[in-house]
Amino acid sequence: MIKFDDVSITFKTKHAPVYAVRNVSFSVEKGEIFAVVGASGAGKSTLLRTVNLLEKPSSGKVNVDGVDITALDEHSLRKARQKIGMIFQHYNLIHTKTVYDNIAFPMKISGRGADEIAKRVPELLEIVGLTDKSRAFPRQLSGGQKQRVGIARAIANGPSLLLCDEPTSALDLESTRAILELIHNINKKFGITVLLISHEMDVIKSICNRVAVMSNGKTVELNDVYSIFSNPQHEITKQLVRNSLNMEIPDGVLGNIEGKLVKVVYRGPSALNPVLSNAVHKYPVDINILHGRIEYINGLPIGVLLVNLKGNAEGVEKFIAYLRENTASTEVVNA
Amino acid sequence: MLKQIISLLPDLGKAFWETFQMVGISLTLALLLGIPLGLLLFVTDKGLFWENKVFNAVGGVVVNIVRSVPYVILLVILLPLTQKIVKTTIGPLAASVSLSVAAIVFYARIAESSLREVDKGVIEAATAMGASIYQIITQVLLVEALPGLIRGFTVTAISLIGYSAMAGIVGGGGVGDLAIRYGYYRYQMDVMAATVAALIVLVQIVQSAGDYAAKKADKA
Repeated sequence: MIKFDDVSITFKTKHAPVYAVRNVSFSVEKGEIFAVVGASGAGKSTLLRTVNLLEKPSSGKVNVDGVDITALDEHSLRKARQKIGMIFQHYNLIHTKTVYDNIAFPMKISGRGADEIAKRVPELLEIVGLTDKSRAFPRQLSGGQKQRVGIARAIANGPSLLLCDEPTSALDLESTRAILELIHNINKKFGITVLLISHEMDVIKSICNRVAVMSNGKTVELNDVYSIFSNPQHEITKQLVRNSLNMEIPDGVLGNIEGKLVKVVYRGPSALNPVLSNAVHKYPVDINILHGRIEYINGLPIGVLLVNLKGNAEGVEKFIAYLRENTASTEVVNA
Repeated sequence: MLKQIISLLPDLGKAFWETFQMVGISLTLALLLGIPLGLLLFVTDKGLFWENKVFNAVGGVVVNIVRSVPYVILLVILLPLTQKIVKTTIGPLAASVSLSVAAIVFYARIAESSLREVDKGVIEAATAMGASIYQIITQVLLVEALPGLIRGFTVTAISLIGYSAMAGIVGGGGVGDLAIRYGYYRYQMDVMAATVAALIVLVQIVQSAGDYAAKKADKA
């Protein structure tokens, strides 16, 4: 659906050139939800904007649906853009137009007739759940509602691709969840490919199929979302995942712990086996779970537990060895 | 006093009509030429679709020069041009030439700054939808800037009522001229007071109408 082929973008500034994107190559398949993550300034937004040529690559090609978008003339580019929906962090709605007119706008742009528009807009309002806000102006809406209008507007012309530029970064948790669910539904229902960028791993965890991690303008890791979370390779990815699976324990508690503290990570189908319980039956060790978390990503569990072990030294050693054998990873936190 | 004012009424009526002519002609031209000029100044600026450093700089300087010349001087400088265009330098029509020039550049700057207020993200969204530059200008830029354009139009109209008083110097007539001739030159303070009062009412009406229209247009 999208193929980035050795894309680089360099901005000239007074002092030195800024290499925003460096030699990025990867493909996004038809129908998937693909995320690009990274800290702010990593170049992900700049990369996303090459897909509809809001940003022109300094070198390299961007293929969208088999067409090299960088090689199109003005007219063909406008036609191509009408088939690529885009939503923005700050919604970018036309303030002086009603919800209805905002959604009708891209259809007017692409030259659709009044009858077709009058039929389509109510359908779109229904899809995003804003039928009763048709006559409202953007300033009368909440952030989540504005983004719904943005989504309705983006899919009005029946695009094959939806670009999402930090779509939930200005929203509260509740609206974030609702908007992600809406994007997910649209992806499933209409088969629209979604390319999404975000700096929040939680956003990606809930709806994406594959993830590319960007740092300093380069893609440092690309994998399916479960592997990214369960088995991160690059340091940047590990850091992002760690921030997302936060397992901090207050220092005061850590200092008072007697015995060993181990961090156990479960992954894949084995995460459902009662490993800890088996170990307790085998060895004379008392356990105390201080912190625990299980996440389901694409329906597969990832579990992290912080367990305090008390007992005689030999038993504890064997206990840990047993855990190492039967879980994804087990490490002693307080050496 | 009342008698005096009543005897003044025909003159006052004529003067109001002349003011309307002058302000009306120059405001119309400000709309027709000031908005396009303001648009050109805006879209040739850095980062916009017709970015053109030379045009933007030259246009900006010309507008600034015209705007910094006091209106009375502009009126005199433009007398030869006025002679060419309307074949006379006397009367409201003649005064309208210099008034229009002042109005066009004045409103062009105001239009430019109103356009600058338009959220860049909205322009970007329209571009991403595949809108043409013409569509963006007519259906996004001018629509989003409308409240500002209306407010600026009110300011321009009121300034022009003030300027038109000076047009009396070249026999342009109008309400301001009446106040100067009767009130100042002939020491008829009551007549001056009456005309000034009439001007105040006129300005109030223009301002209120402008505010109302801007409020109607402003949904952001």
